[in-house]
Amino acid sequence: MTPKRRANGGTSLEPLLAAKEIVICCGSGGVGKTTTAASAAAMAAAHLGGKVLVITVDPARRLANALGLERFGNAETQVPPELFVEAGVEPRGELWAAMLDTKQSWDELVRAHAPDAATRDAILANPLYENITGRFVQSHDYIAMERLYEIHASGRYDLIVVDTPPTRNAIDFLEAPDRMADFFSSRLLRWLTVPARSRVFTMASKPFYTVADRILGSQFLQDIAEFFLLFQTMYDGFVERAQAVTRTLSDNRTTFVVVSTLEASPAREAEFFIDALASRKYPLGAVVINKALPALFLERGAKKVAERLCRDAGPLAERVAAAAPVGEVPQLARVLGEVGESYLNFQVVATREAEQRAELARHADVVATVPFADHDITDLAGLLELGGSLWR
Amino acid sequence: MSTELLDRRLLFVTGKGGVGKTTIAAALGQLASSRGKRTLLCEVDAKGNLAGAFETGPTQFREREIGPDLWAMSMDTDASLKEYLSLQLKLPLLSRIGPLARTFDFVANAAPGVKEILVVGKLCYEVRERHYDLVVVDAPASGHIVGQLAAPQAIQDLVKVGSVRDQTGWMLDILSDPAQTGAVIVATPEEMPVNETLDLSERLADETRVDLAAVVVNRVLPELFGRGEEVVFRALRDDTASAALADAVGGPVEPLLEGAELAVKMRRTRAEHLGDLRAGLGRRAELLYVPELFQRTHGVRATRQIADALSAELGY
Repeated sequence: MTPKRRANGGTSLEPLLAAKEIVICCGSGGVGKTTTAASAAAMAAAHLGGKVLVITVDPARRLANALGLERFGNAETQVPPELFVEAGVEPRGELWAAMLDTKQSWDELVRAHAPDAATRDAILANPLYENITGRFVQSHDYIAMERLYEIHASGRYDLIVVDTPPTRNAIDFLEAPDRMADFFSSRLLRWLTVPARSRVFTMASKPFYTVADRILGSQFLQDIAEFFLLFQTMYDGFVERAQAVTRTLSDNRTTFVVVSTLEASPAREAEFFIDALASRKYPLGAVVINKALPALFLERGAKKVAERLCRDAGPLAERVAAAAPVGEVPQLARVLGEVGESYLNFQVVATREAEQRAELARHADVVATVPFADHDITDLAGLLELGGSLWR
Repeated sequence: MSTELLDRRLLFVTGKGGVGKTTIAAALGQLASSRGKRTLLCEVDAKGNLAGAFETGPTQFREREIGPDLWAMSMDTDASLKEYLSLQLKLPLLSRIGPLARTFDFVANAAPGVKEILVVGKLCYEVRERHYDLVVVDAPASGHIVGQLAAPQAIQDLVKVGSVRDQTGWMLDILSDPAQTGAVIVATPEEMPVNETLDLSERLADETRVDLAAVVVNRVLPELFGRGEEVVFRALRDDTASAALADAVGGPVEPLLEGAELAVKMRRTRAEHLGDLRAGLGRRAELLYVPELFQRTHGVRATRQIADALSAELGY
């Protein structure tokens, strides 16, 4: 697929969203991943048609409002079509939204894979279960990918756009399914789950238990063992599932969109992520650069003008005041100086950003730039307006 | 505020991703050390950003001196476990039971709170042993910090006996003492960082015993125009006036006027979020403001400039 070039050198996400079934938006925290995902999904629903679902992790209340939803739930909810009409667009398709509720998703998974009702209830009631599903950091990553797989396999949507959870490390969720499979097949888990009475202390396991007992206490170890014994009954279902999730991620119907700002550390993480995708042979569809300062700060000749405003504010103010009604000369002089200085300040940042952008563009030739928005997005029209810069 | 910020012994610097958490932690460390406090900076999510703030080589578990009275390390739970085992359990020759440490790591991963307590434990240990006057932690982002700080309590509730449980008592003493320990939340005047800061301040109070020492508002834009000047600026945007200006200055003025317009709008939007933050926090925490510095780079120079800004805010 040849990306469509735009006049400003950016690229449209349109062909990508038209061709793929799963679009995974990733990047470090605070770069506008959630908004980008929602905006891309809204554009697809509005202009491409079909049933489009956006799965987000922790949307701002404002974003939920923008989609006309009281609040997101784990259940998929349709965004009212009237909102598109209000935003001046006759939608060609449907937009649906769902939020990732980690705890609820785990519960559903247990219900689906537990061999019988007794085991299911025992797991759900186990005090460690809540702790592990709630706090085991990787459990968020795994469940996000798991839920994506489940929804995709259901065939209910033409396109699913996913906003990935804030991870400690942006690539964690790529590895989560494999790690989950590893975990279930680990020797340690087998050790822990050998019932105590038949537990044979081999040369290998004895020092482990001695130290583990001293550190954690045998009661706690026993609790852990019991929990994993229950969990192991779901082994086959889980491992199979984790492998299927991994296959979905590398399927050619799936693509990844890396979202970043042009600040140093998110951009560094974006580059790291792009490399991680490449080494796993996962397809990078596009890089979206958010909150970029507009090109007007880089305009040729403007720097000289700004410097002159700072240097000769007084004489310039006199000349302007003589030609147009703009108030007192001293005040105008201060304004001219401030305008010049502000421009030079922003130019420093814009120059740094341009360099960072070129750096990111070396990694991926599909780069869409979203200009800095001077206001928050409060409705669907706002999302579609933002989408405009991703589109054409 | 009960205790001066830098007179505490242990500061956890957190906040939403992308707000400049590492930079603020680095600047606090820089400021404390420049005031003669022996300071340890610890990066918990080893992403290497802390090293970037000082332009030094990568940080490791073993602390390294990176400036006068300033040391830096990065957290490593395996290394922390080894150190703990050798210090507390007097287990020698740990290297010979390498597979043990590996399997233990698995339990630590799965068992709630164990990994977290290895992090908090190491930090509290440095405080208890008085190796440093101040330990500044570049802590996990808002989503993860509560689990970390609540770990000793969680362990105490879950684990009934064993040496890990025995350790939680003194850690809680340090963590719950506002004279020793404080959390610093970093925010920018934008919607999501402000919301997360307010949520986190409540969760810290409800779920942990760590005192919220301060909220640092980063990248505050200066007010562009003084009193009455915006009227003049509006008049300047009139066609005749801007043409006169372009003529007088001999070059394009539109990008400058547009740019100033954007700066004013940005400042206004941010001021609203700042107002929400102030109102939401009430008197729960002191607010410290760090201006947008329009820096050319991120690095040692930026760290120093922010340290200077914090110094002024703290009244030094």
